[in-house]
Amino acid sequence: MATANIEVSETPLVLYALRRADDALILGHRLSEWCGHAPMLEEDMALSNIALDLIGQARELYSYAAKAEGGDNDEDKLAYLRDVRQYRNLLLVEQPNGDFAQTLVRQFFYSAFADLHWRAMMSSRDTTLAAIAAKSEKESAYHLRHASEWLIRLGDGTEESHTRAQAAIDHLWAFTGEMFAVDDGERALIHAGIAVDPGPLRGRWLQTLSDVAHEATLILPQNDWMQQGGRAGRHSEHLGHLLSELQSMQRTFPGLTW
Amino acid sequence: MYTQALNTAEADDRGLEDAAEAAQFQARIDAEERIEPNDWMPAAYRKTLTRQISQHAHSEIVGMLPEGNWITRAPTLRRKAALLAKVQDECGHGLYLYAAAETLGSSREELVDAMLAGKAKYSSIFNYPTLTWADIGTIGWLVDGAAIMNQIPLCRCSYGPYARAMIRVCKEESFHQRQGYEIMLTLCRGSDEQKAMAQDALNRWWWPVLMMFGPPDATSQHSDASTKWKIKRFSNDELRQKFVDATVPQAQYLGLTIPDPGMTQDADGHWRYSEIDWTEFKQVLAGNGPCNRDRMAARRKAHAEGAWVREAAAAYAAKRAQRQTAQAAE
Repeated sequence: MATANIEVSETPLVLYALRRADDALILGHRLSEWCGHAPMLEEDMALSNIALDLIGQARELYSYAAKAEGGDNDEDKLAYLRDVRQYRNLLLVEQPNGDFAQTLVRQFFYSAFADLHWRAMMSSRDTTLAAIAAKSEKESAYHLRHASEWLIRLGDGTEESHTRAQAAIDHLWAFTGEMFAVDDGERALIHAGIAVDPGPLRGRWLQTLSDVAHEATLILPQNDWMQQGGRAGRHSEHLGHLLSELQSMQRTFPGLTW
Repeated sequence: MYTQALNTAEADDRGLEDAAEAAQFQARIDAEERIEPNDWMPAAYRKTLTRQISQHAHSEIVGMLPEGNWITRAPTLRRKAALLAKVQDECGHGLYLYAAAETLGSSREELVDAMLAGKAKYSSIFNYPTLTWADIGTIGWLVDGAAIMNQIPLCRCSYGPYARAMIRVCKEESFHQRQGYEIMLTLCRGSDEQKAMAQDALNRWWWPVLMMFGPPDATSQHSDASTKWKIKRFSNDELRQKFVDATVPQAQYLGLTIPDPGMTQDADGHWRYSEIDWTEFKQVLAGNGPCNRDRMAARRKAHAEGAWVREAAAAYAAKRAQRQTAQAAE
């Protein structure tokens, strides 16, 4: 018996929580793939730690999405029983780990945004979102510091590390635009003081990137063509493979308690 | 800095050890005093401890691999987070054990290189594969359970840094063990399929776990000196028996069968297990376990692929130091 995908009634609030939860889970999952294989033990620890923070954020956001939905769904159903087309994460976070530079640049782009985003969400009129944001912001600030310090080390380290870091920036740049996109449902939540308007965060995000890139002797691309689709479930080919692994137990053994 | 200072002290060749110092050292051990890094110690004591602590550290690090194999497939988000945190703990244990070994005068790099070159051993248990989710429960329950049995006495080991590291490690391991047992309990209270999965895992791990305590006392090489130095307080067979006695009732509570039809309980209440297949143990030690090659390959790959990152960090640190010196000179 195959387990069917769950249905989710994506009201604007459910969708809003779900998108942030998916970002956190998918990025946390990617980072967890490093555990036991990192360049040094300290990074096995650090990457696992960041992954744990993100998985923790995902769990709170899924639980909130399920509550907002008001049906039978819960954190595990939302994580394990939706397929690729139902996932709402940014394309950026599903990109493969690649080398250490690619993992760190992906983290840097995301954390520089997430830090600003959570900080803004702390003033949400939705008290649950504000509480999740307050906790997540502290974590993101650390994630950003970790990624920034590494980017500087890699950019200003050896010729090889510089080349790899620059290649990672060039490769991942096109996935950053999606972070600032807003659809109509989200726009209404922004007007209601519940969701964060990401547009105005872009200037500060870019400033953080420029400051770190400058110190790292790296160059931010001028190319402004951006990939989009993750928020609407149009993903890269990578996500399906990630989900087939993430969901394998729940798909193979439907409906059991673990 | 501390370690480098000790390295320098190590450099002089002591040659014949002073008999008076050796006697004083043994008297301190007998009086249950802790030996600290800068204290005089026999070269053989240093060597034994360096070997044991570094093997222990390697085991923690290699031990991340079989459990890490399930992080991306854990069945629920709660299990995923708990498993990731657990494997992260093992990494932390590795780190502070390497630090404890470094106080004896060998650097982490040297110790890791010896492991990657196949010259240093790690626990043979990690050369077995994790095939199902029940293996994660079983490792927590039995492998960590056996590790605790081995390590609780090490909290009183004569070498201070090792003893202190063990206190912290044991606290975390006992948490892991309860977590593993809870996974097993959930499986055993679940569907027939889940219970079969739990039994299958127990069947595969039971004998290798008994081998974790090392060869039988009659053939153990290191025990005599280690006992005299109070590094080891119980023999392999004593610890193995303690473990079996503690585990049998736990298996009964789960409703699982220990895969040893010849097992009996004697008049004193001890569970007597059948003959262990030491040929298998020797084969796994010799590199012929099901996963020896995979484990070594994974560690070597991580080390080789991480080289450019470590070089970059070192190069950046050097550049930064140079800039700071230049700034200070201005």
